[in-house]
Amino acid sequence: MTVTAQPSTPEVEAEVAVSGPERPSWRRRLIRRRSSGSDGGERGIISPFERRRPGVKYPLKASTIGLLIILLIIGLGPILWLAKGAITPTQDTLRQPMALWPNGMEWSTLSTAWNREHLDQYFLNTVFVAAGSWASQLFVAATGGYALSVLRPKYGPILTGLVVGTLLVPTVVLLVPLYLTVLNPPLWHHSMLNSYWALWLPAAANPFNVVLVKRFFDNLPREVFEAARVDGAGPFRLFWSIVLPLSKPILGVVSVFAVIAAWKDFLWPLLVITDPQKQPLSVRLPVLADLIELDVLLAALFISTIIPIVLFLVFQRLFLRSAGLSGAVKG
Amino acid sequence: MSVIDPPVDGAPASTGSKAPRRRRSPLTWVRGGGLSTLIFLLPMLIAFGVFSWFPIVRALVMSVQETNLVTAPTWVGVENFRTVLADPDLWTAVKNTGYFALLALIFGYPIPLALAVVMSEVKRWRGIYTALAYLPVVVPPVVSVLLWRFFYDGSETGVFNTIVGWVGLGPYPWLQSATTAMPSLVLEATWAAAGGTVIIYLAALTGVAPELYDAAEVDGASIWQKVWHVTLPQLRGVLLITLILQVIGTAQVFLEPYLFTGGGPANATLTVLLLIYNYAFGSSLGGDFGSATALSVMLAVTLGILSAVYFRLTRSWSTS
Repeated sequence: MTVTAQPSTPEVEAEVAVSGPERPSWRRRLIRRRSSGSDGGERGIISPFERRRPGVKYPLKASTIGLLIILLIIGLGPILWLAKGAITPTQDTLRQPMALWPNGMEWSTLSTAWNREHLDQYFLNTVFVAAGSWASQLFVAATGGYALSVLRPKYGPILTGLVVGTLLVPTVVLLVPLYLTVLNPPLWHHSMLNSYWALWLPAAANPFNVVLVKRFFDNLPREVFEAARVDGAGPFRLFWSIVLPLSKPILGVVSVFAVIAAWKDFLWPLLVITDPQKQPLSVRLPVLADLIELDVLLAALFISTIIPIVLFLVFQRLFLRSAGLSGAVKG
Repeated sequence: MSVIDPPVDGAPASTGSKAPRRRRSPLTWVRGGGLSTLIFLLPMLIAFGVFSWFPIVRALVMSVQETNLVTAPTWVGVENFRTVLADPDLWTAVKNTGYFALLALIFGYPIPLALAVVMSEVKRWRGIYTALAYLPVVVPPVVSVLLWRFFYDGSETGVFNTIVGWVGLGPYPWLQSATTAMPSLVLEATWAAAGGTVIIYLAALTGVAPELYDAAEVDGASIWQKVWHVTLPQLRGVLLITLILQVIGTAQVFLEPYLFTGGGPANATLTVLLLIYNYAFGSSLGGDFGSATALSVMLAVTLGILSAVYFRLTRSWSTS
């Protein structure tokens, strides 16, 4: 049994949150866990010795399988039901919602939802919204984090304090004043209503991103910056050629947060994008729900769900790492 | 020139030693990297200035003003707060929001913890477990609400009524009755959010030092005793924070009551944020922005006091 020393909880969180560029500790742990196989290796609550005792072994196996079944029903069940409902005629769904196999399949609902209900348009809108807020959040977080962490102006700590301070303000406070600001922005005085900038720019003012990126930059080796400066690299060169290439892991995390948040957001786009032609899926679906027949609606819901799920399955590690981080950093 | 000027250095990190050099002409500022630093800060300053700091200050100002979109705002003092506090709907909303938060804690706090503890002991195919647990979080919230709204169909052939019918229960009215509407909302919200909490706990569980379990075994601890005396105390920090974060989150619940029930039946699911929304955007006559911001500020202050008290209490509790 190889027991490896690990720091206790708070340090681990900090360490995960600020993991350096070379090989983050979570990945090292992951690799170790992978290679350690089913027995021996890293232990949890139950020791390998206890695992071999029949009084532990069989209940453990049973609860493991039971957990898998529960998770299948709760996690996958509703989504599978949605997939089935999307291709089942309305009458079948209404009469026997829990029938395992539909009496007749109609694939046409998917194309009806996509073409007749203009889901393609709303879908593109959502992609556009997500891409824009991704770009703006990444841009602001990377430049701001770089300036605060690497360039370190004298007034830096005050700015950092102001940014962190907004983390403490619940978003509900911003709702109405932000809406009025978008209607009539200071200095510019042109309403941004029905413009995607009204979604992209407020999304960029995300203190969580800045803190995350700054903490990451704080832990990059400063010798590298000094060496680059000695070689004559200015702040722009340093940013583009040294810091950005080193910060791919954290930018990946920020990207996941940005895209998910944009895909999920409902209330804010509902307020500022009133033109149906420009509305994203999240705003449009509730309206459609009251207008169209059930099978087409379920098809529309299914189409709206499948893309995030595929993204999740492809980038699973990045998603789960980001989710774990969100607890560590908020704390 | 180059002899007099300080070396061009991007980071004026060593502040103390350069104290005598107080000659701050714009040129030395630019040469010292001040301008490029400002250029890098500019996107953040604009984004936060216009869309975060300015609206926060504006919220405070607006709460003591009468604001509409036509005429200039006028000072009304505490009138907005008085209006809101006199609104009988406010107390319904506060009660409902508290009820939602309470139910969300009962449903949503112990379940992810239990799931995470069992999942951390799964050795094979752990990835499948975590992926399954996280899957509901990936479903867009609007989709889950619309889907569950159909599941909650009150007729005998509704999805959930069919399922509870297999064990001889129901049919329940779910969203249509004032008593079952709120628990139904919380059930969906818990389903949608629990996966994220599970992942946070799992991350924290990998940080529990194995030596502690070894030591507990030397003292003859059983598995349950290890969970109770080692795992849970080690997770205390994370548990305390997820608790308050969950309370702050549920106090601002909007999507579920708005899309499931619109606050009904008979205001049974009217929450504070829904009330704020109704004040500002619910009326076709033009919004009462003053009352809406006054209520937002009150909610924010309440949450701030709540978390301050919470952290003070838990700090003394954890040290004693």
